[in-house]
Amino acid sequence: MDTAIVSWTAFEPILPEMFLVCIALAIIGFDLFAGKQREQLIPWITVLGGLIVLGMVAGEKYGQAFDGMFITDGYASFFKVVCMIGVIMAALMSEHFRRSEALPLGEYNSLMVLSAVGMLIMASAGDLMVLYLGLELMALSVYCLVGLHHGDPKTGEAAMKYFLMGGFASAILLYGMSLVYGLTGTTNIAKIAQLSSSGQLLTNPALMAGLGMMIAAFCFKVAIAPFHFWTPDVYEGAPTPVTAFMSVGPKAAGFAVFGRVLVSGFPQFHDSWGTLLSVLALLTMAIGNITALSQVSIKRMLAYSAIAHAGYALLGVLCGTPEGLSSTMSYLLIYAFMNMGAFAILILMSSPDNHRETLDDFKGLAKTNPAAAFMMMIFMFSLTGIPPTAGFMGKFYLLKSALAAGYTMTVIGAVIFSSISAYFYLRVVRYMYMSDPEHEVAINFTPGISVVLGLSLLGVIGLGLFPGSMIAQAAGALLGQ
Amino acid sequence: MIPLSWYMALAAILFAIGVCGFLTRRNIIIMFLSTELMLNAVNLNFVAMSHYLESMNGQVFTFFIITVAAAEAAIGLGIAVSLYRSSRHTVHVDEINELKG
Repeated sequence: MDTAIVSWTAFEPILPEMFLVCIALAIIGFDLFAGKQREQLIPWITVLGGLIVLGMVAGEKYGQAFDGMFITDGYASFFKVVCMIGVIMAALMSEHFRRSEALPLGEYNSLMVLSAVGMLIMASAGDLMVLYLGLELMALSVYCLVGLHHGDPKTGEAAMKYFLMGGFASAILLYGMSLVYGLTGTTNIAKIAQLSSSGQLLTNPALMAGLGMMIAAFCFKVAIAPFHFWTPDVYEGAPTPVTAFMSVGPKAAGFAVFGRVLVSGFPQFHDSWGTLLSVLALLTMAIGNITALSQVSIKRMLAYSAIAHAGYALLGVLCGTPEGLSSTMSYLLIYAFMNMGAFAILILMSSPDNHRETLDDFKGLAKTNPAAAFMMMIFMFSLTGIPPTAGFMGKFYLLKSALAAGYTMTVIGAVIFSSISAYFYLRVVRYMYMSDPEHEVAINFTPGISVVLGLSLLGVIGLGLFPGSMIAQAAGALLGQ
Repeated sequence: MIPLSWYMALAAILFAIGVCGFLTRRNIIIMFLSTELMLNAVNLNFVAMSHYLESMNGQVFTFFIITVAAAEAAIGLGIAVSLYRSSRHTVHVDEINELKG
């Protein structure tokens, strides 16, 4: 009898994800059996695996799998690359961090790789069900990562806050999805777009409510005001490599689903969500930049800066145009490099007895350690958006596409808040270069952190001077969609 | 047969109770229970709609939600236990206030 045989070729599109799961399991096994002295190999396993996945993602064949539930296209690949860069850099950071803090390397790396699986699934989701599963896989792993550093009551508190707020947001997301499903009868994003274009549904208040709830939940995931309250506490409480990872990976994945659902699922509703998001983007930039002014802890300042940058990145999504989306994509890539760099300096400064996270600890760094101070200056310039760094190019393209889409007031607001942000970024530079050192800071450049800093510097300067190829890549990714 | 709107109304009420519970209660365990209530309201919505639309997607979705909720409970209670041990023996959010500003 001819039985239905599993067609293995159907699994080809999810090979990178399956490979990542294998890496995570291998790390858990290695951590169990290899013993204490070989523990330092674990970050390098992650890096190696990450590089292989990066190659697989770059060479992916475009198409659809599982009846349109899983889409591999240029859009997904671009976000996957950003997420994998985040994973690789965070693994390298843990190689340094374990020397000063008791970080369980096996758990850290395996959880991080598992959350990366979730992110890749989110980037490729063509169905609300897949989207939800990817989102939860990512979120549940990150909740654990935040609380990993036991012994410190701060991390427990951060993990609990993140977990409760995250659970609340996913429940709201699901309720929105259930309303959309009830009205359209499908969970496939492309089919939702087809069905909701008919006249009746266009004005249906329940569909609008469902869409609004989904937007609220996505805003929560990428820390858009007024759903940003968890961000500063969680970013401050989490171990620094985890904070760096969270500000890059989950954020990029969140924007991937934001763009996918709004632009390919609800293009007919652009008038409504475009206006809503332009208000939220302004609010986010205002809250992020103004609250960051009063922070003394650099880690907390970077948390508020992450909120502000989510507001900038939203500028591209709210356009609803391919041009806007591609500028958001390039901005997230640039942001990955500059933010990872800034956090790497923060990790470099920290020692077992003193975290050295406040502004005062950076006083006179240029005299005690010119190399670290110089790199921090480059990253701060890039976060402010000063040419010739990549941050400037990213912001330029975002503002240009928002202006082209007709959101003039939002663009004016963005420019004003961006100039306010110069105060707190450049204050760090002023403290480093124009104050006298208060105490000696011993800095130890280990291989892991040196690679992170080198890559970030290369990314920030390289993409700042030659942005053309990245922009072309992002724009080309969308044309294939 | 019970009309769909009854189920949806029940789900909406359950969801609203969950939201109110989450926003007003200050005990971590109760807040967590409230989110579970919200998830179950969603499940009810999905199953009812799936039945009336005669499509399987909603029921499959419900299975996934139940599975994820179980994983979430394991992680959430784990975090609560570790927080209870490491800080000051409380599960009251007003007393957990190291991080602010």
